[in-house]
Amino acid sequence: MANIERDEVSGTDTTGHEWDGIKELNTPMPRWWLWTFYVTIAWAIGYMILYPSWPTLNTYWKGTLGYSSRVELNTALQDRDKARAPWTKKFAALPITEIAKDRQLLEYAMAGGKVIFADNCAPCHGSQGSGAPTYPVLADDDWLWGGNLEEIETTVRYGIRSNHDEARDSEMPAFGDDYLSVSQISDVSEYVMSFTNTSKDADAAKRGSEVFVEECVACHGETGQGGRDFGAPKLSDNVWFYGSTREDIIKQVSKPRHGVMPAWQARLDDVSIKQVSIYVHSLGGGE
Amino acid sequence: MDNTPAEHHVPKTPSLYETHKKVYPQKIAGRFRNLKWKISGAIMAFYFLAPWIRWDRGEGQPDQAILASMNLGRLYFFNIEIWPQEIYYLTGILVLASVGLFLATAMAGRVWCGFTCWQTVWTDLFVWVEENIEGDRNKRMRLDKAPWTFNKIWRKSLKQLIWIAFSLVTGAGFLFFFNDAFETTINLLTGVGTYAEYGFTALFASTTYLLAGFAREQVCIYMCPWPRFQGAMFDEHSLIVTYEAWRGEPRSKAKKNNPNAPVLGDCVDCNLCVSVCPTGIDIREGDQFQCIGCALCVDACNSIMTKLGRPGELITYDSIANQVARSNGKSAKKRVIRKRTIAYASLLFAVIGLMAYGLISRTELEINVQRDRSPMFVQLSNGDIRNGYTFKILNMINVPQTFTLSVEDLEGAQMTVIGLAKDLVDTVTLDVDGDSVTTFRIFVRTTKDALDEQFEDMHFVLINTATGERIDYDSRFAGPVR
Ligand code: SF4
Ligand code: SF4
Repeated sequence: MANIERDEVSGTDTTGHEWDGIKELNTPMPRWWLWTFYVTIAWAIGYMILYPSWPTLNTYWKGTLGYSSRVELNTALQDRDKARAPWTKKFAALPITEIAKDRQLLEYAMAGGKVIFADNCAPCHGSQGSGAPTYPVLADDDWLWGGNLEEIETTVRYGIRSNHDEARDSEMPAFGDDYLSVSQISDVSEYVMSFTNTSKDADAAKRGSEVFVEECVACHGETGQGGRDFGAPKLSDNVWFYGSTREDIIKQVSKPRHGVMPAWQARLDDVSIKQVSIYVHSLGGGE
Repeated sequence: MDNTPAEHHVPKTPSLYETHKKVYPQKIAGRFRNLKWKISGAIMAFYFLAPWIRWDRGEGQPDQAILASMNLGRLYFFNIEIWPQEIYYLTGILVLASVGLFLATAMAGRVWCGFTCWQTVWTDLFVWVEENIEGDRNKRMRLDKAPWTFNKIWRKSLKQLIWIAFSLVTGAGFLFFFNDAFETTINLLTGVGTYAEYGFTALFASTTYLLAGFAREQVCIYMCPWPRFQGAMFDEHSLIVTYEAWRGEPRSKAKKNNPNAPVLGDCVDCNLCVSVCPTGIDIREGDQFQCIGCALCVDACNSIMTKLGRPGELITYDSIANQVARSNGKSAKKRVIRKRTIAYASLLFAVIGLMAYGLISRTELEINVQRDRSPMFVQLSNGDIRNGYTFKILNMINVPQTFTLSVEDLEGAQMTVIGLAKDLVDTVTLDVDGDSVTTFRIFVRTTKDALDEQFEDMHFVLINTATGERIDYDSRFAGPVR
């Protein structure tokens, strides 16, 4: 292009294009801009060759570096396990009571257990074991199946009424199903209330005491002190699971409700179970 | 470069940017040049040497005197050790620095820019290298125009190499304030440094290289925010570099035995003041924002005046007020104490005092108690109410300590502490490791009847068993809704 016309006014070259007498000025992209652009193109091509990029008919171009985000994740998980190994080895080797004696292991367990608890247990038992209606508070000192480290571990591992062979299991009969009469149930409830001095009908309570001796003592104990072998709650304390009013108790005697807890062995590994058990033990009620 | 003579230019659209004119500062000797080298030397000595000073802090503690360790989360300064939550000391230092800068500026103008700014110090160093390899101003200008002969190639490459070396050392030097100097040096040199170490070295090296080697005065004129607002600190009594126009004008080329001498000013229009100026300006045009107050033009002019046997200080470090006085033939007097300087100085001393007080009365122990929010309280089977607390003790000295903990102002309060006190106790002994945070889980319980309100105020009392020092921590105890 020999004779490029230069615009008089602006001093800029024209492109030679002309529309209705209007000529186009040649204002090219700044050089640095273009070069940046070319570099990004080159980069993109290199990237496409090195990394997984294009789909093919039945698979995809895997890239010459063999990178895959799945492999990266696996390596990261392996690295994590490797980093944890010194701890997890000790956890696997020691019984839970020994772990809790070692201050460092205890702290590790509490930290890990806190997270495991929040992910798995908190939906029912509340954050930090604060409990929820019909789900027991884990922070108090009342335990259905026992509150020392080993007992907690067993409960977590095999669950309650979970259909696992080792699960904690028991069932309170439905006394309302033609087993006891309505008045008998009412009387025995009155008697149960007398353990916590909330009964107002001494006569009914007295009548109820006979029923209690017949039907309830085996699990709940003579003074209503409960029985951990059967997960039978203490009836003489201030912690009531399904309510403490007369109606609540009658309801429970007539047609009892039973809590169910899964066997966590199927979902958590051994180390996690130990950690979370130690954490639960630390919530305030551990024995 | 477009060398077409001006008249043949077709009018152009005005550009948004000024075309860069390379500045070739000429070498000059003198009072201020000496002072500048001394200050530069001191600053560089601090920068490059300070991290190597050792300071024994005992077993397992870093032995570097000045260290801002990100890994350990500690800022070490000789025997002072700042924890992350005390970062306000850093704020204090920054406030101190800015007030100090204001005061210096109000008194003596752009002394920061001219003498101590990193940009100035490192640019000086780079120009010095350039000067020694490529020669003084005129030689350098000629060399830039000259074709690429062997002479030019080796000089230019050698200069770049030395610049890069200086930059790398500067870049690495920055790291030494954050990581152990010896370890980091070995890491960097043996190729086992982390990406972060190489990355930051490269980052600071490249900024040094670009800013001191190439951007130079452009940094001060276009990039740096400081010149834009420092005008607010000036007044007519602040010292600035100024040209005594009343004495210098009308300027004329020096001629001996000039018959018209009486009517001519002292300035001989030698242009030396322009040649030495690192920002390439002519101070005789008056005070300009590009002037960084380096006072090299004072040295330049004085050298000429001495040679000609004329009175010196035609370009001088003086205040506007004094200049006005002198040009009117009145005697000038320095006014250092003014409202502005008093204000800045008192602010400065106030901040220094506050910081000193903070440092002296700084506790080496901090307690942090968090009452459980969930559950707010726990009702126990015997009817008692229990609250849980996470108790943190920060022991900032490197010596283990022992405390006894008890609860006050809560009727019948007793405690259990996980791992320490299984059964209910009134006081419990807590062992705290040196230089660390120790966390305890504490359960406080009392009977339901002891509570008058839903939230009772109570406090924990911690007594240092060795010194008997007592620390109270106010907290609360929650019970059922009343
Ligand atoms: S203008 Fe900014 S960069 Fe330049 S010397 Fe002053 S403070 Fe430093
Ligand atoms: S005018 Fe003088 S004081 Fe200002 S920057 Fe230039 S040489 Fe330095």
